[in-house]
Amino acid sequence: MTAYDPSAPSLQLTRDGQLKHFLTLDGLDRPLLTDILDTADSFIEVGERTIKNVPLLRGRTVVNLFFEASTRTRSTFELAAKRLSADVLNLDINTSATSKGESLSDTLLNLEAMASDMFVVRHSQSGAPHFIAESVTPGVAIINAGDGRHAHPTQAMLDMLTIRQHKHEFEGLRVAIVGDILHSRVARSQISALKTLGAKEVRVIAPATLLPTDVQSLGCNVEYDMTRGLEDIDVIIMLRLQRERMEGALLPSEREFYRLYGLSTEKLKLARPDAIVMHPGPINRGVEIESAVADGLQSVILNQVTNGIAIRMAVMSMAMSGQVAERSQAQSNALPKGINS
Amino acid sequence: MSVDQQPVIRIANGHRLTTNGREQNPCSLLIRNGRIEALGEQADQAEVDQTIDATGCMVTPGFTDLCCNLREPGAGQKGNIASETRAAAKGGYTTVCAAPDSSPVNDSGAVTHLIREVAANRSPINVLPLGAATRGLEGELLSDMVGLSAAGCVALSNGMSTVRNARILRRAMAYAQTFGFTLMLQPRNHALAADGFAHDGMVTTRLGLLGIPEVAETAAVSEMLLLAEETGVRLHLSQLSTARSVAMVADARARGVLVTADVAMHHLVFTEQALGGFDSRFHVLPPLRTEADRQGLLAGVRDGVIDAIVSQHQPHDSAAKRAPLAATEPGLSSIESVLSLGLGLVQKGELSEAHLIAALTKGPATVLGLTDNTLSVGEVADICVIDTRATWTPTATNILSAGKHVPVTSRPLPGVVRHTLCAGKTAWALA
Repeated sequence: MTAYDPSAPSLQLTRDGQLKHFLTLDGLDRPLLTDILDTADSFIEVGERTIKNVPLLRGRTVVNLFFEASTRTRSTFELAAKRLSADVLNLDINTSATSKGESLSDTLLNLEAMASDMFVVRHSQSGAPHFIAESVTPGVAIINAGDGRHAHPTQAMLDMLTIRQHKHEFEGLRVAIVGDILHSRVARSQISALKTLGAKEVRVIAPATLLPTDVQSLGCNVEYDMTRGLEDIDVIIMLRLQRERMEGALLPSEREFYRLYGLSTEKLKLARPDAIVMHPGPINRGVEIESAVADGLQSVILNQVTNGIAIRMAVMSMAMSGQVAERSQAQSNALPKGINS
Repeated sequence: MSVDQQPVIRIANGHRLTTNGREQNPCSLLIRNGRIEALGEQADQAEVDQTIDATGCMVTPGFTDLCCNLREPGAGQKGNIASETRAAAKGGYTTVCAAPDSSPVNDSGAVTHLIREVAANRSPINVLPLGAATRGLEGELLSDMVGLSAAGCVALSNGMSTVRNARILRRAMAYAQTFGFTLMLQPRNHALAADGFAHDGMVTTRLGLLGIPEVAETAAVSEMLLLAEETGVRLHLSQLSTARSVAMVADARARGVLVTADVAMHHLVFTEQALGGFDSRFHVLPPLRTEADRQGLLAGVRDGVIDAIVSQHQPHDSAAKRAPLAATEPGLSSIESVLSLGLGLVQKGELSEAHLIAALTKGPATVLGLTDNTLSVGEVADICVIDTRATWTPTATNILSAGKHVPVTSRPLPGVVRHTLCAGKTAWALA
């Protein structure tokens, strides 16, 4: 007896399958993910024009709600919203209402009352954007900009865009994700996207202390050893290692981690010769990746950042049109009832 | 009927549920002065003040709950003795044990007296306080166990809290054993459970939630069973959640360890999947685990390794549940749904009606050392009349508990309690 079907897409999709929130990649199908990538491709062209703005969100208010610090994600969301001609409000909640004891739902209801159309939410607790979309402000489009260890769907999609630019298709690709999978919302979303888009294999490479329980249930293979793990790999995704992992006895030292799991020029040779190297950033040079690799020819790390703006424009415009479609549907449904009664 | 006498009541034509299952032939019960005075024809012919028509209904002893949070004293915004005992009566209960996790904690005779006094005035059913095994439930100093017992506590419990230090756990057991008290403990290794709030497995992996591994429970069960064996205390393990724990309890019993156990109804019905959509209602402690665990717990009830099914009723105000999952408080408002969820298991063939009712009546009574109620002549009239054919759909308005976060809201549930009598007095009657 299950109270809620976790794969049920209803929360983030309209009845006819359009995106209205963007919370997780779980439950989204391949045509929809491909649609996001294609839409982003069309926005890349916008970014190359002298006048970089399109009027898709003109008159709409987008609120960047960052309950957790971020530089890149927040600035690319802001740029994306501005290129779509939206009015943008940036709120740093750490220093605002919640520190005065106001509850999350009260803060959001106040913002909704200011006629916001979209919240871009980053929160340290897994499921916070779900909670907002489901229980607090269902009429506002919610874009998940990273929640706890759960999901970071726009980051994963910009990574997919980067992979597609270099590898053209996902079928047949073998992708390795290396490092702190346990704490990584990026890895969870990447695994989900790669499986949906049809990658041949997703391999996670880490010591057991940095892997979630039953990680195979996500559809990936586990490899403890990097030498074996990089064999036949087309795409290497390195994850950031937080310093505090030593304190919880998850790892003995940064030095030992780098020796075993850091991506050096030598280890890179174990992958396929045309393998690309990715990293969601910010990079710890000398902890998870050697500088020469991060700046090398196979690295596409800066492409990822550029693609971030296009993906966020795509997701924001798609979710907004889904919300608008649902609102007008709700209005037309309500209309006859009003007339008859 | 003189002024100090209760009305004489006939429960007409219901089917008694005994240890052999539901009786084929209807049998009326005559209740006078709080006791069952006569059965069958004699009851049918007696002159009465009130007749409860139980045609087609099941008549069972009133239920006993070993773990119920009444939220009084201390948490009035979540519920109080009056509201939660009324909800319990609607759920078919005539006796609930009040968990010691109140504020202040029930670790002194004064708090015990307060609970009993409020219950005497406001509760339609029996409230049996559980005393805190350690002061403030902090697991550091022993509480005045003898004083608590003298004030009316029926057993000692450490509530939702753990005793982290094994040496103190051993001493609490030895002290309780000295005076023949039952010690109720929720087995959870504090360090292994850490800050988790869901079963460490597939769902936590997908949702990125901090998990509580199975071994957080089994390591504690193992430690507690060994210490109980050594000290000879009567140990009751509260709210088992893993199949492995059930096997360990069965083994210990076979060795002669004095151990009993209970399981919360929601652990028999739901699994980790219930949390799949970040549904904070199903944030419970211990967490909902796997389907294999659920099957193991059901087998434990069927085999009698698990003595009792409890509600683990934890009413909350809406704010406590209205937040991202990790920021919510654990617990379900469950006491009004226990019977219906159990009858759902009966319909699915996972539990027999007789096992279900025994785990709600005879089992918990035995754990507390109370006499078994068999609905025979001369016994106290704690009785529940259940229409098992009727259904109801829980809603915010028909739930009597102050906590509205019930396990099921969207669909009809089987089984409606038509009438609850506590010592011959009506504690709940369906309007």
